[in-house]
Amino acid sequence: MEHTQTLQLYGTAGVRYNVEAMTRSDVQLMLDVKAGDEASFNLLLQKYRTPLVNFLFRMVRNTGTAEDLAQEVFLRVYRARKQYSPSAKFTTWLFRIATNLALNSLRDNRYRQMDVSIDAPVEEDAAPLQLPSRELRVDEKMIERDRSEFIRRAIAALPEKQRVAVLLHKYEEMDYGEIAKILECSESALKSLLFRAYETLRVQLAPLVSQSVANQAREGRPS
Amino acid sequence: MKKCEDVSKQLIAYLDRRANSAERHEVEEHLAACSACHQRAEDFRKLWGVLDEVPLLEPSLSFDARIRARIAEEPRRGWLGWLVPQPRLAFAMALLLALSVWMAKLPREGNVAGTEQQDFEAIKDLGVLENYDVLSKFDALSEVPVEEAAPANQQAQPVAPGTEQQPTTEE
Repeated sequence: MEHTQTLQLYGTAGVRYNVEAMTRSDVQLMLDVKAGDEASFNLLLQKYRTPLVNFLFRMVRNTGTAEDLAQEVFLRVYRARKQYSPSAKFTTWLFRIATNLALNSLRDNRYRQMDVSIDAPVEEDAAPLQLPSRELRVDEKMIERDRSEFIRRAIAALPEKQRVAVLLHKYEEMDYGEIAKILECSESALKSLLFRAYETLRVQLAPLVSQSVANQAREGRPS
Repeated sequence: MKKCEDVSKQLIAYLDRRANSAERHEVEEHLAACSACHQRAEDFRKLWGVLDEVPLLEPSLSFDARIRARIAEEPRRGWLGWLVPQPRLAFAMALLLALSVWMAKLPREGNVAGTEQQDFEAIKDLGVLENYDVLSKFDALSEVPVEEAAPANQQAQPVAPGTEQQPTTEE
């Protein structure tokens, strides 16, 4: 093809892809993987490794475990390539595998010492959530890190289904139908689930929300 | 106007701009009249801004290499490999095989007739049955107790009323 341009995506691995391949849809890439095209699998890997690792990290709150689980997700996708049929969006399938692996990991209690239940609220075994005091901190990076950790812990404290719903809705920006399929519930139930989750976070993170508004006001930015 | 509970289901879709026009209108109408829900909607917007503060985690540099190494370790398909990823086919074939073995062991009508024919052939060929000398001198017949023949004779004679014989046992 005349406008085909070769790009070096993986310098160390020396794997080359062309622009045409990069514009293919996920389903088409997966069908190519099914047909034996390993390069298409590498494209999917490159596209989804960061979202997957972050989703899994927010689920299990351990970087090593999140990476291990992400590896397992990709391995399962590769192993199932011959049976793949594009009946749903690729991301629905991908995140469904990731969700199941994360929930199993939490339930097995292999990676986290946390009592989890599908509907019961999670009981944190770590120290209670404490709002980092901006006045007491000198290092801005440390404050930011504490704020991030505070938010992560608030999300992790949500019941499992609510947590998955928030992560897929807020960070993966999936539509309601896709999230409902992953969680195996109706869209109506999902909307209720999301409302309850955000309502909990609103209460938990109220100090951060007000602090954020105050900071914006101090910096002269609209809230 | 809708109740707060009813609006709560539509509120998230309204805020992330995925609600349809009818839903949007209903929520806006409610928010204009309900200060609590209006405040909640404002808080949700700010909350989403706070949630965005969490930085993205980058996978380790060895992530791709590790997954490639694991894929390289995956067993390649051999000549029987087509069976492995198709457990349903393998199960169906095993079931068919078991069914065939079971059916093969079932007795058939033709087999019964064949067995009788074989028995007849075996008996027919026994020359000893046709040898009168052997039969006449067959010692086993002399050992048959005489009493056993008696009931057969008695059956021929009428039995007088009240004289029914009770079975006796020999000691």
